[in-house]
Amino acid sequence: MKKARLVLEDKTEFTGISFGSENSSAGEVVFNTGMVGYPESLTDPSYTGQILTLTYPLIGNYGIPPKIKENKLMKFFESEKIHIRGLIVSDYSQNHSHWNAKQSLGEWLKKNNIPGIYGIDTRALTQKLREKGVMLGKIIINKDIEINDPNILNLVSEVSCKKPIIYEKGKTKILLIDCGVKHNIIRSLTKRNCSVLRVPWNHDFSDMDYHGVVISNGPGDPKKCIKTIENTKKIIREKTPLFGICLGNQIMALAIGADTYKLKYGHRSQNQPCINTKNKRCYITSQNHGFAVDSKTLTSDWEEWFFNANDKTNEGIIHKSGLFRSVQFHPESTPGPLDTTHLFDKFLEIVRKNS
Amino acid sequence: MTKHTGFENINKVLILGSGALKIGEAGEFDYSGSQAIKALKEEGIKTVLVNPNIATWQTSEGMADKVYFLPVNPYFVEKVIKKEKPDGILLSFGGQTALNCGVSLDKKDVFKNNNVKVLGTPIKTIENTEDRALFARELKKVNIKTPKSYAASNITEAKKYAKKIGFPMIIRVAYALGGRGSGVAKNMNQFEKLAKEAFSFTSQILIEEYLGGWKEIEYEVVRDSANNCITVCNMENFDPMGIHTGESIVIAPSQTLTNSEYHKLREISIRLIRHLGIIGECNVQIALDTESEDYRVIEVNARLSRSSALASKATGYPLAFVAAKLSLGYSLTEIDNSITKKTKACFEPALDYIVVKIPRWDLQKFENVSVQIGSEMKSVGEVMAIGRKFEEALQKGIRMLNTGMTGISPDEIEFNDIKNELKNPTDKRVYAVGKAIKQGMSIKKIYDLSKIDPWFLYKIKNIIETEKEISKAKLNRNILLKAKKLGFSDEQIGNIKNKKEIEIRKLRKKLSIVPVIKQIDTLAAEFPAKTNYLYLTYNGKENDIEPYKEKSIIVLGSGAYKIGSSVEFDWCCVNAVLTAKNCRYKTIMINYNPETVSTDYDEVDKLFFDELSFERVMDIYEFENPEGIIISMGGQIPNNLALPLQKNKAKILGTSPESIDKAEDRNKFSKLLDDLGIDQPKWKSLTRYDDVKNFIKKVGYPVLIRPSYVLSGAAMKVVYNDQMLKEYISKASKVSRKYPVVISNFIQNAKEIEIDAVANKGEILVYCINEHVENAGVHSGDATMVIPPQRVFLETIRKIKKVAEKIAKELSITGPFNIQFIAKDNEIKVIECNLRSSRSFPFVSKVLKTNFIDLATKSILGKNPEVVKKPTLELDYVGVKAPQFSYSRLKGADPVQSVEMASTGEVACLGENVYDAYLKSMISTGFDLPKKNVLISISGDKNRYKLLETIRTLKKMGFKLYATEHTRQFYKRFKINATLLHKIHEKENKSSSVIEKFFDRMINGKKRKQPNVLNYLLGKKLDLVISIPRQDSKRKFDDNYVIRRKTIDLSIPLLTNVQITKLFVDSLENKNLDDLEIKSWVEYN
Repeated sequence: MKKARLVLEDKTEFTGISFGSENSSAGEVVFNTGMVGYPESLTDPSYTGQILTLTYPLIGNYGIPPKIKENKLMKFFESEKIHIRGLIVSDYSQNHSHWNAKQSLGEWLKKNNIPGIYGIDTRALTQKLREKGVMLGKIIINKDIEINDPNILNLVSEVSCKKPIIYEKGKTKILLIDCGVKHNIIRSLTKRNCSVLRVPWNHDFSDMDYHGVVISNGPGDPKKCIKTIENTKKIIREKTPLFGICLGNQIMALAIGADTYKLKYGHRSQNQPCINTKNKRCYITSQNHGFAVDSKTLTSDWEEWFFNANDKTNEGIIHKSGLFRSVQFHPESTPGPLDTTHLFDKFLEIVRKNS
Repeated sequence: MTKHTGFENINKVLILGSGALKIGEAGEFDYSGSQAIKALKEEGIKTVLVNPNIATWQTSEGMADKVYFLPVNPYFVEKVIKKEKPDGILLSFGGQTALNCGVSLDKKDVFKNNNVKVLGTPIKTIENTEDRALFARELKKVNIKTPKSYAASNITEAKKYAKKIGFPMIIRVAYALGGRGSGVAKNMNQFEKLAKEAFSFTSQILIEEYLGGWKEIEYEVVRDSANNCITVCNMENFDPMGIHTGESIVIAPSQTLTNSEYHKLREISIRLIRHLGIIGECNVQIALDTESEDYRVIEVNARLSRSSALASKATGYPLAFVAAKLSLGYSLTEIDNSITKKTKACFEPALDYIVVKIPRWDLQKFENVSVQIGSEMKSVGEVMAIGRKFEEALQKGIRMLNTGMTGISPDEIEFNDIKNELKNPTDKRVYAVGKAIKQGMSIKKIYDLSKIDPWFLYKIKNIIETEKEISKAKLNRNILLKAKKLGFSDEQIGNIKNKKEIEIRKLRKKLSIVPVIKQIDTLAAEFPAKTNYLYLTYNGKENDIEPYKEKSIIVLGSGAYKIGSSVEFDWCCVNAVLTAKNCRYKTIMINYNPETVSTDYDEVDKLFFDELSFERVMDIYEFENPEGIIISMGGQIPNNLALPLQKNKAKILGTSPESIDKAEDRNKFSKLLDDLGIDQPKWKSLTRYDDVKNFIKKVGYPVLIRPSYVLSGAAMKVVYNDQMLKEYISKASKVSRKYPVVISNFIQNAKEIEIDAVANKGEILVYCINEHVENAGVHSGDATMVIPPQRVFLETIRKIKKVAEKIAKELSITGPFNIQFIAKDNEIKVIECNLRSSRSFPFVSKVLKTNFIDLATKSILGKNPEVVKKPTLELDYVGVKAPQFSYSRLKGADPVQSVEMASTGEVACLGENVYDAYLKSMISTGFDLPKKNVLISISGDKNRYKLLETIRTLKKMGFKLYATEHTRQFYKRFKINATLLHKIHEKENKSSSVIEKFFDRMINGKKRKQPNVLNYLLGKKLDLVISIPRQDSKRKFDDNYVIRRKTIDLSIPLLTNVQITKLFVDSLENKNLDDLEIKSWVEYN
């Protein structure tokens, strides 16, 4: 049993026991209140640079699934590797049990050089982050290290693919701008008989042939994705149907001249109620974002599509033509509820009608 | 209030309750009904409630505008509808009873003809969920898998389908309560037997592929009329498919499901509920394969249920309240989350703790009942434990059961055949797992035998390993903290280390190992929420709350419902809290029963959902530092804590713990009675068999024997002769220095009378005397009670009052108390005295319309309330309380009342006279009035003679009498003719499995002498069976037992007691169904 410490930038310390790699690590400390889906969350590129606290206390119960690829995509994960910088839990299950488990969470963290701590009062930690806002912090196991701020980096460039990848499926071609895409966004498109052209965040796709564009999720401050914002403006000008997800929502907002801001502690959970402004219907959504669109800054051709029923923040915007739309939450889920998967159907219906 | 479109004219709503507590339908519906009433009142809607369960909170003053203590059946509810003319009706808050009643009323067009709108889920949807064939058809429409199944309407059809599915298979019954009549058949013989029995109370059975061993998962789904649909909670059963969810340990949220499984099943549930068109709340049960994501949807309960009450308490999401609002046209986005007040009802709670529900069984109270658990429900209550580790919550939960186990503690329990125990589980299965691990059995082996997911088994292994560690190591901070984190109690650690609980407590406090208090806020601390819903854990560093600065008091709740302690104590607790609030105290409740109103965080200022143990109450006491603790409302559990708490300087309010001890300790109490010159039956506490015999020589038979309580405890019993004594002592009770038996003189043919009273500093403020219909020998909890007494001498009543005054004064009682008397020939003897509220407090309070608990609480808080003059005898109406038995669920139990309590609930009705009130009470317990054919089978000429006039009356009234041979001959002498029905001439006295075979042979045998009782029973030719056993001989598993048992199994009304039979027949003679009064509570003045 190796002791491990979490030290926050305000000097608060939590002591627990290490169950992952014994490397010390620093990052932005955030929390997620989802009760299932740690293999998916840990491989979500949007967590790049972050130390993740899971508020559900019992973690590791069903182990980690095998690394199987299907159609160039991870079958059970959201990307090829773990993106968090550290994991903080209350009670780690040393023994897991599931038919699809190939290894334990601890083993997986070790193999990926990611530290993990258990035995932490994660509720107290969460309350602290809630009161003071997200904080920088570090996990110290053997040697002490400096706290560093991941948000000064262009995190998107770290996690975006380096060159285009093609996923052949159907006649409809979707250009996917990869800002750190979760694999299930690609699966959600190929499952609906689309071929996906996945390109890097700053790729020049002017000579490419496509029927619709998806801007993916991704980590960090959207304002750092200058090239993507420019490209988005072009797509809107040429009236190609466009669907933004999470960071994609923020990039779209910036592309049309609206503004974004950093939330105090972000939305990271699977139970965020979002209301569709058109029909007042409420959907339970999965979310992972620290920045948000300021809906007051939307120009007259645009309107708020969804808003959060809890804190009323923006959850999606739509152009009056209906051609361009984006959501702050994750319709592809993984982890999370499947309430909004129909948004992919709607988008593709527009794409197919348009082409 | 602006009303929603389509609901503008809803100004008065009728709510159906669930009646008496019974196995499969318990206190959860008091909670859900109470929430519904609150929700309607908030809308300014008048509420009318039909519920004969007088001990419930929902039938209290200040809840519904009008309460009818009447049976929840189509006949009475139609009468109430005609009288009250409600605009709408809620059917989903009173369990299966209310739902079934609503469906029948709808079939008869009662709602249509009386312009009553069914609010919430439409009847059509209810029918689609209740009828298995319709259900399967609906599932198919939305591509959802359900077990291969066929509905059969007769035995030939059933056999045909059985062959199609293949064995093993499960038989289920449509419209069942808690899975009654269902079972697994492994071969055609078993199948035929089960099918025949099922057809005896239903016209349709369902035969299904058997999914034993699959995981069982539940989702609580809420949908509004705008089609918003959420799942508030999912739950995973510790026990696999094959064990009824009411019999299973249940965990919320699920622990072994991946994201993909969790959300796949969630999506299926939502798709299904949208398709079915539920409005409000429902429960979806799903089986999940352990080797793939294959699943089957098992059933949908289109109403509030035990699971929804559990889900409400597990998450803090008020399902019933929200469901009631949705049924008035609200959408989920319009309703506030009442716990956070900042968020909306349209969201799904995120838990940051784990919840473990454990069923509470009471099977040891019944001789010859199978202790195996399976697809039928037998448990009588449940506990819910909250922690931040599974081990912590599980061990807390085990202690909450209050069966004497301090945790998994394998050394505290023995098993003869551990493998069999794991394979064929009983109520002790979780301890068997612990034992097997301790004995070194591998997790894989345990899984193969039990099919309990290894994840749970590994966690139990952690407990066992820690126990070993504790026993070896010196108790330092590390080991003690580790143990506390895994849910070990001080007492449990003390047992391992051979130390006293208090020593461990002192040590851990010295090492500053104390639990922290956490809030349940529905969103895992994501938003600040001012919630008062709390639990304690050692898996944390910081308290979420501060202690009160204002004056506060703690009220201790009643714990799990079990035989002898149920909703009546919850009623007392909630009342005490309300009074304390009115007296400007901050109120703190400690309780852990998810089926209660006292654990509704709306009712109290702070709710600690945690253990009622010395350790935990002291922890909370030391944190809160209140004015004191009220221990006299929650029954025996808090009562027993009085002395230990006081010894540790906790302030106990009301009657002093020393006085409580004087009443509880038999020797002290006996001396006190002697000193006061109050008579009592002769008794002795003995540790040697010879002394027992000597005592009996002095007092003579019969004697009442009560063994001291042991885990596998034997029942109390009246013993009539040497033979019975010998058998009893050898079989049931270990007589030893450690386990003395208490023997007392048993007085035959005596009446039992009780007094419920409240005193202040020794002076009685209010009292009520009530009479038992049954003679002494029937436990007071099983007795039929009448207020005012009908057959008691005034002299006796005066004496009772005098004795009560003396005792109250001597013990300086402040608060509620109850004394039980035996009366014979104008002489009274005290048999029991409890210085706490009793089971009958809600009954007497509501009949007399004087809230005894309000007065008691005011006295306890030192408010010196005035004496209330309420002479019981001058009431212009009569209240009768009748017991509800659940024998039909307890296969094998002999349905005869005895000194050991067996009823699971009670009802009470008011009427113009005892006959009116009694018949309504009987009907409320599910008793159908006989139309024509009555079987009498009475043992012993004494009994036959006592019932002579009664049987003559039956004959005069035109009933066709059937009788067994001796009974027939006896009455023939008095010119009362009855048709002879032969008994089954074979006597056996063997274990239950043999009995089962015996039944088989009897039912299928062709050699029976005709006409035979069994054929008449099976052919449903009898409307009533009167089978009275002799009291003075050991009851055997003979013909009479078989007749009684079959009568119960075939749902035919049964009478087994002389006084009850008399009262019943007298009532029938005086009242027809049509004559029974339909009056609400306020109309009785």
